[in-house]
Amino acid sequence: MNPFNEYALRARRDFLTTTASGLGLAGLGSILSDDGILSRARASGELSADLNPFAAKNPHFAPRAKSCIFLFNAGAPSHLDLFDPKPKLNELSGKPLPKSMTENVRFAFIKKDTATLLGTKRQFTRHGECGMEFSDYLPHLATCADDMLMIRSLHSEQFNHHPGQLLMQCGRASFGLPVMGSWITYGLGSESRNLPGYVVLNSGRGSSGGATLWQSGFLPSTYAGVLFRNQGEPVLNLSNPDGLPPELQRRGLEILRKLNQSRFEKIRDPEIASRIANYELAFRMQSAAPELIDLSGESKQTHKAYGIDRPEPKQKGGRGSFGNTHQSFARNCLMARRMVERGVRFVNIVYASWDHHSNLDNELKYNSGVVDQPISALIKDLKQRGMLDDTLVVWGCEFGRTPLGENRGGRSANTGRDHHPFSFSMWMAGGGIKGGQTYGESDEFGWGVAQDPVHVNDLHATMLHLFGLDHLKLTHRFQGRDFRLTDVAGKVIERWLA
Amino acid sequence: MKRLFIWGIAAIAVWSHSDLRADDQNAAKLPEAAKKTINFARDIQPLFAKHCTSCHGTKKSEGGLRLDRRKNALDGGDSGSSIIPGQSAKSRLIALVAAVDPDNVMPPKGKRLTREQVGILRAWIDQGAKWPKDADATAAASSHWAFRPVGRPAIPPVKNSAWIKNAIDAFVLARLDQQEIQPSAEANRNTLIRRLSLDLLGIPPTPAEVDAFVNDESPAAYSRLVKRLLASPRFGERWGRHWLDKARYADSDGYEKDNARPNAWRWRDWVIDAINRDLPFDQFTIEQIAGDLLPDATNMQKLATAFHRQTLTNTEGGTDQEQFRFEACFDRVETTGAVWLGLTIGCARCHSHKYDPISQREYYQLFAFMNNGDELNGFDVRKSESEYAKYVLDKSRHDQQLTKLENTLNAEKGKLGPDLMKWEAEMRQKLASKPASPVKFHDPKVISVSSQNGVSFRRLDDGSYLVHGKNPDKDTYTVVASTKIEQISGFRIDTLADESLPAKGPGRVKHGNFVLNEFEVQTSDDQSFKKASKVELPTSRADHFQKDFPIAKAADGDPKTGWAVGGELGQDHFAVFATKQPIGKTNPTFFKFVLKQEHGTQHTIGRFRIRLRTGREPGESLPETVRSILLADRNKLGPEQHKSLLDYYATIHPVTSKLIAQVAAHQKATPQPPLMKVRVVVQRTKDPRSTFMLRRGDFLQSMKDSPVQPTGLSILQPLKSRHENAPADRLDLAKWLVDPSNQLTPRIVVNQMWSQFFGEGLVRTINDFGVRGERPSHPQLLDWLASELVRRQWGRKDMIRLIVNSATYRQSSAHRPELADVDPQNYLLSRQNRVRVEAEIIRDVSLAVAGLLSDKIGGPSVFPPLPPDVAALSYANNFKWNTSKGEDAYRRGMYTFFKRTAPHPNLNTFDCPDSNTTCVERRSSNTPLQALTTLNNKVFVDASRALARRILNSNFSNNIDRLQFAYRLCVSREPSADELSSLADLLSAGTQWYGDQAPDAEKLIGQPRLSEITIAEQAAWVATTRIILNLDEFITRE
Repeated sequence: MNPFNEYALRARRDFLTTTASGLGLAGLGSILSDDGILSRARASGELSADLNPFAAKNPHFAPRAKSCIFLFNAGAPSHLDLFDPKPKLNELSGKPLPKSMTENVRFAFIKKDTATLLGTKRQFTRHGECGMEFSDYLPHLATCADDMLMIRSLHSEQFNHHPGQLLMQCGRASFGLPVMGSWITYGLGSESRNLPGYVVLNSGRGSSGGATLWQSGFLPSTYAGVLFRNQGEPVLNLSNPDGLPPELQRRGLEILRKLNQSRFEKIRDPEIASRIANYELAFRMQSAAPELIDLSGESKQTHKAYGIDRPEPKQKGGRGSFGNTHQSFARNCLMARRMVERGVRFVNIVYASWDHHSNLDNELKYNSGVVDQPISALIKDLKQRGMLDDTLVVWGCEFGRTPLGENRGGRSANTGRDHHPFSFSMWMAGGGIKGGQTYGESDEFGWGVAQDPVHVNDLHATMLHLFGLDHLKLTHRFQGRDFRLTDVAGKVIERWLA
Repeated sequence: MKRLFIWGIAAIAVWSHSDLRADDQNAAKLPEAAKKTINFARDIQPLFAKHCTSCHGTKKSEGGLRLDRRKNALDGGDSGSSIIPGQSAKSRLIALVAAVDPDNVMPPKGKRLTREQVGILRAWIDQGAKWPKDADATAAASSHWAFRPVGRPAIPPVKNSAWIKNAIDAFVLARLDQQEIQPSAEANRNTLIRRLSLDLLGIPPTPAEVDAFVNDESPAAYSRLVKRLLASPRFGERWGRHWLDKARYADSDGYEKDNARPNAWRWRDWVIDAINRDLPFDQFTIEQIAGDLLPDATNMQKLATAFHRQTLTNTEGGTDQEQFRFEACFDRVETTGAVWLGLTIGCARCHSHKYDPISQREYYQLFAFMNNGDELNGFDVRKSESEYAKYVLDKSRHDQQLTKLENTLNAEKGKLGPDLMKWEAEMRQKLASKPASPVKFHDPKVISVSSQNGVSFRRLDDGSYLVHGKNPDKDTYTVVASTKIEQISGFRIDTLADESLPAKGPGRVKHGNFVLNEFEVQTSDDQSFKKASKVELPTSRADHFQKDFPIAKAADGDPKTGWAVGGELGQDHFAVFATKQPIGKTNPTFFKFVLKQEHGTQHTIGRFRIRLRTGREPGESLPETVRSILLADRNKLGPEQHKSLLDYYATIHPVTSKLIAQVAAHQKATPQPPLMKVRVVVQRTKDPRSTFMLRRGDFLQSMKDSPVQPTGLSILQPLKSRHENAPADRLDLAKWLVDPSNQLTPRIVVNQMWSQFFGEGLVRTINDFGVRGERPSHPQLLDWLASELVRRQWGRKDMIRLIVNSATYRQSSAHRPELADVDPQNYLLSRQNRVRVEAEIIRDVSLAVAGLLSDKIGGPSVFPPLPPDVAALSYANNFKWNTSKGEDAYRRGMYTFFKRTAPHPNLNTFDCPDSNTTCVERRSSNTPLQALTTLNNKVFVDASRALARRILNSNFSNNIDRLQFAYRLCVSREPSADELSSLADLLSAGTQWYGDQAPDAEKLIGQPRLSEITIAEQAAWVATTRIILNLDEFITRE
């Protein structure tokens, strides 16, 4: 006879986690006082009276990671100039590749008949106890070598940006599918009581995929990424209208709750209960989000370590310069740590300035400069706070770049590289990853995978595994089919696990 | 390294995994073909039955292959053909059963075929794979409910016939009777009118409309209300938006660049209009799928095909356009499948459907229809009917005026006779006299001769240039020369015959012709031509010209027309171009002569010379025709020639020349038809494409041995071509979709309709009527409605009237705790369902009650305020959101410009589909971001302010009356005492707060401030209306 049974049923069907046992709502007053940082130790499910659609859910098995910071380097940086040194490529720079290698290959811009190999001007050196190789453009990141898993054998089948980005985010180059942040929050909910479970941060220019890179596809929009903004209010519509003070906001919401509740008592539609809960969550977010973005409580050392106040260098990159990119990226890295600290499940930092078809050396220098210091500071900061163990940091991109120089339109000087999905590099740290190892190999030119190929689906399967989720079981039925993040493939790569 | 890319399910029959081909080498390993004559029924059919058809037969057709039907067996499966009659060694079937590759063997489990049996199979294939008709299995009638013909169930008897308003109710009540459940009471009239208004128009009723309905005691009150709403033009917007979801309509291309499609809205308006005029759904379908193929198709019918131009366009640099043409066609197939057939056809793109009986071959049969629909981007249609009507009126006025002017002119021309005679005599005399300065030609000093496409020039003794070497299709010659001669009056080009040229020239094409498209002359004081000026060449003459290629075309500025000399080839020719003013200085003048030759192939000049002219021919400034008439014997002139003289003379006569100028000016101001370019689909007639199956759906892997003809799905009624000897086309496809015998379409359509009125379909998996979908809650009702749709000739409004008139629809939506265990999800329809209104409608209802909503229908999409960083995040910041002003800031939500990679957050926050793929069912989420939006977003704050003003400006003078008015405006009912007192509390708290916070009050109120009330009160009202606009009830259709 419980009117909520019905809703619970519906919720189960929709895989929504909202339960409706919470109509004995805690008064707003008590909620207001509860805006501190959640203890990361707080057991999930403690919020018994929670109508929060992000209420934490149990994974399939014991997780290693609780949160993910996914650094999405859209446009696709050159693996050959950052992570994957190829002496043979340098040796044969200026020479064509054997025809057999390019015969059935399509490029975005390269003209095959006259293309020649382009060596790197970067110096690679070994770092850490593990001796991981990094180019001279990433001196800070190199100091984290022993915490990092370097993967040099990623491959994909999409050589245009937007399809490639969809594949990296959704496991398949199609529209209408949820991205990995949506899948993970759908599977696990969030530990944050007053922030969205899946947050997106952007620095610099917009990516090719735009908002399709944080879409929830056929999952409810509850699981879509919430874009935190770099200017004005951190979340759209967070602030009360001008001239409406918090006191009156609170009073208004109390009355709104009362009116909605009396409607609920009459109509008994659990959606009303859910709406009441969401207004309260919204109210909490109104105080939590400004607190989140207020960095004044962070120490001077922290500011310095992340490079929050770094000046823009005089020599700008053509693609990366988009206002104060250095500071904005550093800020986003620190924000990511603060979000994870507050229980946000998935933070996606998008940086989309890596499409270096020409002027590679200068562009790469600028953009590496933007990301190198803040990312290494983030890893160290997480580690020092004991958060790296259950925070997975991932450096991703939609593909790599060609060992061939780009000769589009009969360019005389090859100063850039074209899109290259056949072999590229990514890295991960923390969250149950076994650091200090380099996994997989590309061939002597960095053209194809020579050993231990990793498809995006394998990457996703392993990421989900770290979160205690079986990629074969995390499904959602849509149009008669049980969809997965890993499409129809994917295997967990055991050697990555600590 | 290329990985399999499979849509759907990994486990596919083993043999589709390999690209196995039995080549000659393998042939040696094969058992030899049997020597006897094979009888299919005796020798082969039992083999297939024993070893193959359990997986490749009626029940299952793994890998899309069936070996129990001739056609399917010979067509092959997902991997292409398996039997090549006459060539057993090349037939995949043989390679597999003979286990040529030990990893690819058929059957995969169980007993393998013996060498002898393989030999028999080989012999059968080698003897032509004969398969008598009577040995065919039937076409596998699927037993799945949705593939059976639509029935016409009898209306069931019920206990309480008093409750029944129409047949729908009988079906519903009969089901409730079985469970002994009473239907819910009818909702009260306030709820009913709000429900109907939201469902049919998407805007709430006004208090006056509510009162009128509530107080209307006539038994016809309800049906009158329905009739009024269905006649409102808002109905087309509301129901048009449902259709736009299915059409994945948006205002931009999608993908990285996501460029704007400025005229996409024109098709959206077509939809609104079609729904408002109740275009029957079958015709609605036919026009959108194949409007271009209808006999005597109107422009509007062709515009309708833009349904399938809502697909995404990838203009990212370096894309393979053929790949994205395929993507668009895939989308067209799959969208058609989802919208009309409720099937997940996309699964069969890469392999035969895992659950539903749709083979991969059948997918490509549908694909074949789309494959020859070309994209046309520049199709002209009327901007709107009203603008066009205005144009027709303006044009006829304009034409009348023109006739008047022309009449006046003609009258005046009629009076010119005597003057003309006099002028003619003068001119004849002038032409006959000796010129003041006789014509002479001079050679300039040639500095350079060059060719754009690399031909070579040899200077001959006569100063002409012979062209040799490369012979390109098109070329432009440039001659730079100088002279000190003054008073240059023109230029002469000689095109000269030469033994070295084809057919002696003067051109370089096989038959000796050429086309001089443009002759241009520039002068300059120095050789750099930095300060060059172009020489005007108003008149020209040639010794000969070919029909349609007169010399004047070589100096008309149009490079598509030109001078040619066909008819007199192999001879010298010349042309003279006269300047307007004399040119030339003694300190010398530099000339650049440009000869553009761009006609067809190799119509270039083979030998030429350019000379300068001084002096003038008498009457040279006269048009050539006039001049030749004046030179001819007057007595031999015909009426045409006299008319030519008159026409010319009228242009120089002071009276008529003014009138001619007036006519010309008037003609220049001719109203232009209000047309615009839209994107449509047109049938490809030149080089039609053949369709092949694609291995794993990869467009680079056409299976050339598996050509596919356009036809329908075997689970549905046969698709027939309307032409006896030509394959079916899109029009046949469209007619097949809406054929009365189609098992799926009528069911799908009524189910989609039903879901708009009940929040759920009778089949809840609206997008999947396949075997994995849910079964209908009321199968007989579904079929009855489907048959009724066909019976009522697919009339949308008629069906809607039927549904909303039912007692089932009119029930209260209050939940029934006593049924929480029996029917928690209301499958039995023992009440109505409450639904939150859609993203666009939340905006519409808020603006409507505030009195802000624009009632403009259609037109270009608009740009309501958007935070700047949203558009900035579109790719490379390539998009500017030019915020709309005035009325356009408050248009209905459906008119918001939809940019696929950066949609307006107010839309996606409330579950608006992303428009990248078809959406036949919106899901409704409930999130804190939604709360923040309606509390704080500008448009909703604007609505609170305007609503407060509207209330305070009304005739009600005390707060209780005003609050009651607010409730009637917003939720179409009177508030309860509790509700009143709560809101009154908020009002007084607000008034108190703002009493000493004037600056805050001013900020909250915005503009304008009302004079007869304190600002504290006005601000308190804004704070209060804001809460009313956030009531769950306000954004819910109850």
